[in-house]
Amino acid sequence: MSTPIKINRIGLEPAVYKGGKTTLCAGCGHNAISERIIDAFYEMGVEPSRVVKLSGIGCSSKSPAYFLGSSHGFNAVHGRMPSVGTGAMLANKDLVAIGISGDGDTGAIGIGQFVHLMRRNLPIIYIIEDNGCYGLTKGQFSPTADLGSKLKTGVVNDLPPLDTCALAVELGATFVARSFSGDKKQLLSLLKAAIAHRGTVMLDVISPCVTFNDHEGSTKSYAYAKEHDDPVEEVTFVPFFEDITVDYDPGTTQEVTMHDGSKVYLKKLEEDYDPTDKITALRRLHETSRRGEFATGLIYVEPDRDDFLTQLNVVDEPLAFLSLERVRPGREALDDIMESLR
Amino acid sequence: MSPIDLAVQEGQDTSRQQRVVNDFSIQIATVNGSGSQTANMVLLRSLLLMGIPASGKNMFPSNIAGLPTWYTIRASKRGYIGRKKEVDFLVAMNPETAKEDVLTLEPGAAVVYDEPLKLNTLRSDLVFYPVPFDKLVAPVCPDAKLRRLVRNMIYDGILAKILNIDPALMEKALGKQLGKKAKAVTLNAGALRAGWDYAEAHLPKQDPFAFERMNETAGKILIEGNAAAAIGCMMAGVTVVAWYPITPSSSLCESLIGYMKKYRVDKTTGKATFAIVQAEDEIASLGMVIGAAWAGARSMTATAGPGISLMSEFTGLAYYAEVPAVIFDVQRVGPSTGLPTRTAQGDLLSTAFLSHGDTKHIMIIPSSVEECYTMAQEAFDLAERFQTPVFVMMDLDLGMNNWASDPFKYPEQGIDRGKRLDAETLKKLGEWGRYKDVEGDGIPYRTVPGDGMPAYFTRGSGHNAKGQYSERPDDYVENMSRLARKFETARTYVPQPEIDRVPGAKIGFIAYGTSHWATTESRDQLREETDVKTSYLRLRAYPFNDELVQFIDTHDRVYVIEQNRDAQLLQLMRLELTPSRIAKLRSVLHFSGLPIDARSITDDVLSQEGYEVIQKTTVRMSAGSAGGE
Repeated sequence: MSTPIKINRIGLEPAVYKGGKTTLCAGCGHNAISERIIDAFYEMGVEPSRVVKLSGIGCSSKSPAYFLGSSHGFNAVHGRMPSVGTGAMLANKDLVAIGISGDGDTGAIGIGQFVHLMRRNLPIIYIIEDNGCYGLTKGQFSPTADLGSKLKTGVVNDLPPLDTCALAVELGATFVARSFSGDKKQLLSLLKAAIAHRGTVMLDVISPCVTFNDHEGSTKSYAYAKEHDDPVEEVTFVPFFEDITVDYDPGTTQEVTMHDGSKVYLKKLEEDYDPTDKITALRRLHETSRRGEFATGLIYVEPDRDDFLTQLNVVDEPLAFLSLERVRPGREALDDIMESLR
Repeated sequence: MSPIDLAVQEGQDTSRQQRVVNDFSIQIATVNGSGSQTANMVLLRSLLLMGIPASGKNMFPSNIAGLPTWYTIRASKRGYIGRKKEVDFLVAMNPETAKEDVLTLEPGAAVVYDEPLKLNTLRSDLVFYPVPFDKLVAPVCPDAKLRRLVRNMIYDGILAKILNIDPALMEKALGKQLGKKAKAVTLNAGALRAGWDYAEAHLPKQDPFAFERMNETAGKILIEGNAAAAIGCMMAGVTVVAWYPITPSSSLCESLIGYMKKYRVDKTTGKATFAIVQAEDEIASLGMVIGAAWAGARSMTATAGPGISLMSEFTGLAYYAEVPAVIFDVQRVGPSTGLPTRTAQGDLLSTAFLSHGDTKHIMIIPSSVEECYTMAQEAFDLAERFQTPVFVMMDLDLGMNNWASDPFKYPEQGIDRGKRLDAETLKKLGEWGRYKDVEGDGIPYRTVPGDGMPAYFTRGSGHNAKGQYSERPDDYVENMSRLARKFETARTYVPQPEIDRVPGAKIGFIAYGTSHWATTESRDQLREETDVKTSYLRLRAYPFNDELVQFIDTHDRVYVIEQNRDAQLLQLMRLELTPSRIAKLRSVLHFSGLPIDARSITDDVLSQEGYEVIQKTTVRMSAGSAGGE
């Protein structure tokens, strides 16, 4: 008797969502994130040919080669992936864009494009694989390195870190989350919710660099992350295509309906947390970082705001595939223009 | 004594006694932000309505209000529309520059000036027309706040009377310029009449200049190159535009926004068949263009030199990863911020090889507003055919000045989307490799996301014919050699040069872009004043083709005429030519920020040819005050 082949809701096997063999270091947090991405796209039943994978430059930015091998990918230039992703989505609004960046790629050279990507609320899942250092150039500090964090060489970081989540909330992203590459369950739930969201998803994932930043004294090590991960709530994701009813206590659990009808259930932990309130989100981010911890979970969500393409009021079909008749005005239009210039 | 004494040929003392009809230039010196642009455009339009070939050039400061600006209108019965070096008729409205503007005029020139400036005491060899502008404006414009703007329209009325412009046509031009703003039309028409009446009563004609009706402008349109390029982009079916404001390119995308909103919105749904995004900078602009083109859209941006510098890295990516992009470079004076509101052809060399590593880029170079329109369309075809960035090298003179032109023709042909893999081709090929040279022309087949064809991973890092990451020396060499082959293929696809061969001419001229207009006029000057015959090749694109080599081979000396300091086109040519051909090349260079003029070319060529040229003018303006010359 043969074992039944596992398939998802559009009839595809998990293998279709895999990518090339990773060339990153064994144990690199980024590999765990790639695996969760594979799981999330498989479980959500996203057609791989609709997905575009984008990245900048750095270890993180290599990783799109390691998942969704049958999707188009674009490894762009350092820090400028947001603009390339924006262009791709302008050309074809039916695409599902996932951008992989790093803390250097985003926080340093790419901070300008990051800022404007967040402002536009472009539909894209923007993931920062955050290890607080430049792995590919052998371990220099990045802008998300915490004050007092120590390099292997003993050099101590004396500049304050950028909090990409706080920035994203402030700048207008409509789905802001943080997770830890070692927290499979939370990361997978957040990724699936990200796929269900229409707008800019900013997902910062603490992803330790096993080679250059996983030692005693580093605040981005596995040990430190496990110790200081402070979830704001427990995230449960129920996709729109699964007929599951969740019994929950409205006193302790908040329900958020995503753009595609999927639902996210956020079970409160120690204190009340409302992720639809910007001020709450920012306060929590600041409070946790003051304690030397990092808040994880769905930090902020605004599921209903118009995304950039809706604001641009473009036609329903992808612009890239419009026929010449649709995009070249007729003879009378040119006559009209010429007449106005006489 | 020289064989040719140009001063004699242009002796002004005698010629200025005779009537000069439809062949002189008017310079209007004002303060920017004072509404003078409306008055200047009305004047230019009036001449065109009279059927007189005329051109207008704005020399303005990098400033919003309060600094000197000059507008020069040239009427030329022979149809010359390049800049004329000499000013024949000055309208001096700006106290700050008036003295210097007057001191640099040729003897015999005429000056309309604001009476309190007392310019008539400066020289005795000019004709002066004092006008009390403030006194005239008060009765026609009761609202004191508007007077500053209406005041300039008075000089149009004055000029109409002195220079014999039909006042009815001038009112028609005013209506055209101001459109539906009825109140403004009434106010300004009053100012026109006030000027006319004053001139009639107080300013008897003393100068030799006059306009007379001709029939040379029937059916012509008046348009700036940027708007012409915008129309071309719309007709090419552009769908994604990303841009960042920068002088002198901004009005290209701004015009495009206007046209697209009018003609590219689906009538039934009200939705746009385009997306135009004002990006955060030029880097992001090109990034968006590349992302969109990679995903299959026709996409473009427009910028100027500083933007080109910023786009360097992305240009290299698009070259190496083979992504189409259309980039308009409306060139201005560099380096650095340079003279942002002045014209130059100074980005040729840096654009040809923009980005690090071995790169070469297609550049196409329009000379006229009509070519801005047609080449905009060709640029998209070339970008998609060659899967590479294509630069349309305009300049400020072409982009921001209004030029009279024949109306543009509707594109009869379809568009070239290049080699896109489809099911049929895939079947034929058997196995597809993104960077595989199937037909020997260096151009591979590509797929775009969502087209149902096989996916690939696009990268700016080393890759093999299948698009896989590779650092292998043989893969790298093969790929780079194919890219070079692709560039060779482009030689026959880009706009070919236009050549005018003159039998017996030993001298050849090569020019491109807006230098064309002064070049053709200079050829006439040389032929008529000295019997120097020249052939002419107008270069329209890089890479070059065989015709350039043949042109050089069939002439003894070849002058390359350019608006930059370093002979940038000549340097590009040197890279490909044999030493014996290089030895024939000479340079005519003009890089003051003002458009090149025929007389400068003529003098320079004659001097290089061994003639002794007697410069008829002295140094005309101090270094501090740009503009008048």
